[in-house]
Amino acid sequence: MTDVVVVGAGVVGAACAYFAARAGLSVTVVDRGPVAAGTTGSGEGNILVSDKEPGPELELALLSNRLWRELACLGGFDFEPKGGLVVAETTEILDALATLADGQAGRGVEHTLVAEEELPGYEPHLTRDVAGGVFYPQDAQVQPMLAAARLVQHGPGATLRTGTTVTGFLREGDRVTGVRTDKGDIPAGAVVNASGTWGGELAALAGLDLPILPRRGFILVTEPISGRLGVPLIRHKVYTAAYVTDVASDSAGLSTSAVVEGTPAGTVLIGASRERVGFDRTVSIPVLETLARQAVRLFPVLAARRVIRTYCGFRPYCPDHLPVIGADPRAPGLYHACGHEGAGIGLAPATGHLIAGQLTGAAPEMDLSPFRPERFAA
Amino acid sequence: MAGCGDVSMKDLAIVGAGPAGMAAAVAASGAGLSVVLIDSAQRLGGQYFRHPPEGFHARRPGALHHGFARFTRLSDALGPGSGVEVRLAHRVWAVEKVAGEAGDGAVAVHCLVGARDERRETVLARRLLVATGAHDRSLPFPGWDLPGVFTAGGAQALLKGDLVVAGRTVVVAGTGPFLLPVAAGLAAAGARVAGVFEANGRFGLAPAVLAHPGKLAEAAGYGYRLARHGVPYIGGHAVIAAHGQGELTHVTVARLDRHWDPGPGRTIECDALAVGYGFVPQIELATQLGCATRAARDGTPVVAVDDGMRTSVPGVYAAGEPTGVGGAELAEVEGWIAGRAAAADLGGTVRPAPGLPRKRARLSAFGRALQDAYPVRDGWKGWLRDDTPVCRCEEVPYARIKEARVLGAVDARSLKLLARPGMGWCQGRVCGYAVSCLAGEDQQAPRRPIAQPVRLGDLAGDPPGEDPR
Amino acid sequence: MTTSQHPERPRPAAGDPLHGEAERSGVTQPPHAGHVVRARPEPGFEISVDGRPATAVPGQTLGAVLYANGIRSWRTTRIGGRPRGLFCGIGVCFDCLVTVNGEASLRACQTEALPGDEVTTG
Repeated sequence: MTDVVVVGAGVVGAACAYFAARAGLSVTVVDRGPVAAGTTGSGEGNILVSDKEPGPELELALLSNRLWRELACLGGFDFEPKGGLVVAETTEILDALATLADGQAGRGVEHTLVAEEELPGYEPHLTRDVAGGVFYPQDAQVQPMLAAARLVQHGPGATLRTGTTVTGFLREGDRVTGVRTDKGDIPAGAVVNASGTWGGELAALAGLDLPILPRRGFILVTEPISGRLGVPLIRHKVYTAAYVTDVASDSAGLSTSAVVEGTPAGTVLIGASRERVGFDRTVSIPVLETLARQAVRLFPVLAARRVIRTYCGFRPYCPDHLPVIGADPRAPGLYHACGHEGAGIGLAPATGHLIAGQLTGAAPEMDLSPFRPERFAA
Repeated sequence: MAGCGDVSMKDLAIVGAGPAGMAAAVAASGAGLSVVLIDSAQRLGGQYFRHPPEGFHARRPGALHHGFARFTRLSDALGPGSGVEVRLAHRVWAVEKVAGEAGDGAVAVHCLVGARDERRETVLARRLLVATGAHDRSLPFPGWDLPGVFTAGGAQALLKGDLVVAGRTVVVAGTGPFLLPVAAGLAAAGARVAGVFEANGRFGLAPAVLAHPGKLAEAAGYGYRLARHGVPYIGGHAVIAAHGQGELTHVTVARLDRHWDPGPGRTIECDALAVGYGFVPQIELATQLGCATRAARDGTPVVAVDDGMRTSVPGVYAAGEPTGVGGAELAEVEGWIAGRAAAADLGGTVRPAPGLPRKRARLSAFGRALQDAYPVRDGWKGWLRDDTPVCRCEEVPYARIKEARVLGAVDARSLKLLARPGMGWCQGRVCGYAVSCLAGEDQQAPRRPIAQPVRLGDLAGDPPGEDPR
Repeated sequence: MTTSQHPERPRPAAGDPLHGEAERSGVTQPPHAGHVVRARPEPGFEISVDGRPATAVPGQTLGAVLYANGIRSWRTTRIGGRPRGLFCGIGVCFDCLVTVNGEASLRACQTEALPGDEVTTG
């Protein structure tokens, strides 16, 4: 019998497996698809502290940020501590940004206010039509698919079983004692639901309500672009202040805000759209047009560059936009680690670390009550 | 909508002006439909009827073709007075369903016009025919990215379209009867063709050819021309490596066993190699619209159609190679059928033509026989070395593919996510087949929501014209 | 390598647009197929490739012009620095991307050559 079954081989499941295995537990990761094939495989790999207001998610992000820096020494997933630059279109927005940054600073977020005339020093190709910005040196990026795969690989003794669909739970009374899969039962001391956007469906197999829904996002990918003398055309993660409000938005309709960044592969990634349309993958050309328009407004130099592909993914969100992390008192033995919306890559290590702590009975490093799974019960 | 050059609604938009698209345009306009025929090239004809530009004043423009008279007929029928609006140099980057007039569905065909200072244009039509042809199916092997190595179709295109011969000494290799016209054309043009190396048996198709007098004559014609130029046609052999410093100077040819595992190789000096292992239909516009696909005889995903070339998506038709690789003659027949079906579906009067379905059935059967006779066997994977590029765009060596498999990539998509094959410029068109094989997975229908690179400025462009939505 | 011509065909006169700069030293020029289709090409025009002239027939693609002038690769890959030129010839593979008049990433096989074009390789 394995100590822990982690359901979901995305980055959150991988982090849970890694930290649980490092804590000495035997771990089996199951996924109906390959590694990182769901939301992780459609992400940009953001590790952000800049876009979070002071509160429980920011605490999680800060813990995660420290852990990612430690994990980076595992190598093999392009960890880039490049920093994020948030730009404000007007002086009013800039003031609001500065106030946000001030509040974040009290929690340990580092930042530098960047005056309008200093912006070219950070991003030479940025439009001059902005009032200023805030630079966040802790923001970073990883290649998310490789990050997930490497975390599973480096979890001591962790076993990966892809192509294995969980069809139900093994129960002893209320207690969860393993999973049923299309390839046979896997008895386990504990089960971690790291099924991301599909976390609600998995919980339902245990008769539990977990309100996680998909929020669709498109990303445009450009041709590989090399800047002069090997310096990338776009050096940091750059986004407009509107992104912060969009992230927290409750709107069901489309919201987009420009998020532009380069990658080690030379491509530039352009996000971020958010729509609640279920699991519909139909490409929306107006959304692509809007993303392009915002990116070109931010970086006029991009107008002459080509988009070569686009993809969409489904961010798992909960009604209060916080993830679900921790033991489920309704079903002892079942733990949840899902619902991270668009921040799953960034929040994965802290999530895995905290879940592993719960599994081994370690003292929690932070207050998990805002993330408790039963908080949605009416 | 950006760059609506023309917001008038046509009855039928046809993407691809090869044999299928041209025939469909003639058929549909003849039955009274307003038709727009769109192609990325500067001239009509597609790959099969690719021919030199006016500037050459070729007195025998069909000398490098089989059946060029068919092209001339179709081309004449599309001339002024046909009512068909021909839009060349239009690259289609996306198609989408939009609301049409009176609640009727319509299709928006998003194009980029012009080769350099391209601009966006959107063509609206009540019906769409996808007649986008096919491209060569490539297998990776050491040295296949050296300049001088062409796809078979690439060498053919350079010859037929620009009258430039791929090399002085050319090796032709791969599988399938297409190698023969490629070699014959190169030899006629003055190249020394050092050999045609067919990985399968030379006479694999003999039974099917014997049942088709036209194909028999065509094959005999190539055989005669190759013999006249002293070109050896050798079965059960393949080029398993290409060599050279900066450009191709020689290849390694080896005898293959029935699994395509190679025996000892020998070296042949050459400055060009034309290599092709069959064809991959271009179906991404159909899959953008959600058209159902099916696996062809050899596993290739093709668009599923009924006997009127209707796809699973109402108002969308497909003809030619996208419905199953079968050659230009079949494509033309399917084009006739599709054009007539579209006209009939829109209430036009179409006289019955029972000969067309019969001809389609016969030629489709020949296409299937062809796929049976010239399969790709697994042994090619053994030609790869760790440093052999599998994906040319992202320069992904075979070793990285193997590493991704160890990391948990079990299908082509996860191989792509972990090792980047297919993430580059060509969107996996070139390496997609090989990557699926290396993943041990059936070929999947392509997902390419952006079918051609689009400048961000064009995509963003604040458009004149009305939004039909 | 530039000397042997196909025996069935007369050696082209200097300035023959089908052959470009026929005696450019050190480059291998492929044969041409004009004789097969009995072409009577219009007078050629010049483009420049890294400042050196190359001859084109009106309507020919840049890829064909470069190749016919003995230039087989015109870019290097960004990771391995490998030379690349024509491969698929029909706009599918993007190997033949070329920079013309400062405009990067055009497919040489899909772009018609125009008089005065300045191609930069690298």
